[in-house]
Amino acid sequence: MTATASRGTQRRAPSADTPARAGRTGKPRVEPIFYAFLFPAIALFSLAITLPALIGMFYSVTDYVGFGEYDFIGFGNYAALFTDPRILSSYGFTMGFSLVTVIAVNAIALALAIGLNSKIKFKTALRGIFFIPMVISGIVIAYVFNYLFSNTLPTLTGTGSILVDPNLAWLSIVIVTAWQSIPSAIIIYLAGLLAIPEEVYEAGSLDGATGWRQFTSITLPLVAGYVVINTVLGFKGFLNAYEIIIGLTNGGPGTATFSVAMTIFTGFTSGDYAYQMANAVIFFIVTVVVSILQLQLIRRRGVSL
Amino acid sequence: MSVAIDPATVSAVTPERARRQKDPKESYRPNWTTTILLILASLTVLIPLYFAIAMSLKTAAEAASGTGLSWPWPMQFGNFAEAWTLTDFPRAFIISLLISVVSVAGAIVLSSLASYAIARNWDHRGFRYSYFYLLAAMFIPFPVIALPQIKLTAAVNLDNPLGVALLHIMFQLSFSVLLYSAFLRSIPHELEESARIDGATTWQVFWKLIFPLLAPMNATVGIFAFLASWNDFMMPSLITADSRLQTLPVVQNIFQQQFNTEYNVAFASYLMAMAPTILVYIFAQRWVLSGVTRGAIK
Repeated sequence: MTATASRGTQRRAPSADTPARAGRTGKPRVEPIFYAFLFPAIALFSLAITLPALIGMFYSVTDYVGFGEYDFIGFGNYAALFTDPRILSSYGFTMGFSLVTVIAVNAIALALAIGLNSKIKFKTALRGIFFIPMVISGIVIAYVFNYLFSNTLPTLTGTGSILVDPNLAWLSIVIVTAWQSIPSAIIIYLAGLLAIPEEVYEAGSLDGATGWRQFTSITLPLVAGYVVINTVLGFKGFLNAYEIIIGLTNGGPGTATFSVAMTIFTGFTSGDYAYQMANAVIFFIVTVVVSILQLQLIRRRGVSL
Repeated sequence: MSVAIDPATVSAVTPERARRQKDPKESYRPNWTTTILLILASLTVLIPLYFAIAMSLKTAAEAASGTGLSWPWPMQFGNFAEAWTLTDFPRAFIISLLISVVSVAGAIVLSSLASYAIARNWDHRGFRYSYFYLLAAMFIPFPVIALPQIKLTAAVNLDNPLGVALLHIMFQLSFSVLLYSAFLRSIPHELEESARIDGATTWQVFWKLIFPLLAPMNATVGIFAFLASWNDFMMPSLITADSRLQTLPVVQNIFQQQFNTEYNVAFASYLMAMAPTILVYIFAQRWVLSGVTRGAIK
């Protein structure tokens, strides 16, 4: 009995989260109804997510055009991807856009969260206003900003619309994406700021840490973990940029703002279904690698901050 | 019964509450510099909204000229009626609502049941692996599997709002299971044991005891599922084959095609598309924010 228990403990030890152990050790058998509880989620999930993923991987090594017969062509699609300027530019745009947006969102959201967490007037009203973008549909707000960028700003400043400028169009997408994403980042930062005990600031102010010093020496290190969360969640979301681009530039001018997601979706109409499935597989790998890299890089930096 | 549980629920919000109770005791000198800076920053949110309202009340000629920022007089409320019929607002609204309601209900029921089974059988490999299996989907965004999904949904006659709702539930599953599992760990076991001694079956324990205790997480999962579903453009526009069954965000694209000179009507329509969630948010602000904050803390 003791041996079994200790072996069990060892086995579980690596996973930090071991819920519901107490009172269960004497009952090794699973009550059948628990399988019934779990089954619907697993079954539907497998059919709706895992199966399409496997089908996609399968077609990515064929020359399937979306209908009819097909042959296996090995990794031909993958090899072609790396020399296709359209694909490379979509990755270049998507990564660059995501990087700029994630930095902008984090910097602005942290500043706003600190402001909203300090002793201000109209706290509830201000918080309420800043969170509004979170409940609005991305495509609709992109349509609204489309007019602001193409008519209002040019009329006010006497310059051309940035939406048709190949060098600046991406900036409009950064602005609207940030506009919509900042609220959820603020919420995460507010949670982080509330977790910092008041005593830390009091102790810090005795040592003369106020203002900027207080921010860099106390606040920033203590919310570092939340910066990681916001960066990973944000970057992952921004990589899938789609509807805000549709509403603003539709990928233009030319293909200057054509994202990876938009490129993959062309696989349905352009006849290169298998080719875009290979693109999707690469895109999945990129998403995972980027997330893992961020977690590791930022964790390491977070310690030394 | 629910009173007995309160400590567990309350502990999650204690820091917030403690801070709030502390505030009145301290000398509350508002920081006016910060306040003014924040008011200025809030204009970035308010101006686009003001702009949308102003545009929606103009005549077509007014909307097509100038900056669009001037307030129109007299106001053209007829734009809303025109947008209402052009987009067939009631139909799009009902379809959006149906998809969102099914998504919210599905996400709550499926993931709470699964999370409960996983949390109570963590010692069993199958349940533990199921947890990581469901969580792995956090790294599978829709574009990655969109092409096969579009084909599959069409093949099984789910290229309609029901299919969209099903996919919304599936893409919400990872996050929901994560939230529920974290919360289930904080529920003490003794409660269940005592219910079992009273003769309750596992089914009854879940629905009569656990599910009510999960209420705060149900709210959080529900809010996230609702916002993701109601505002989604990508999935309905790609999955739903019949354009008459499109959702509120998707039908807005008619203004990008044929009516692109009638900005006033377009903006009246955008405003009607934005209004439901903004209104709900304004009236339920405290509740919504506490819900999403709970999601952030976990």
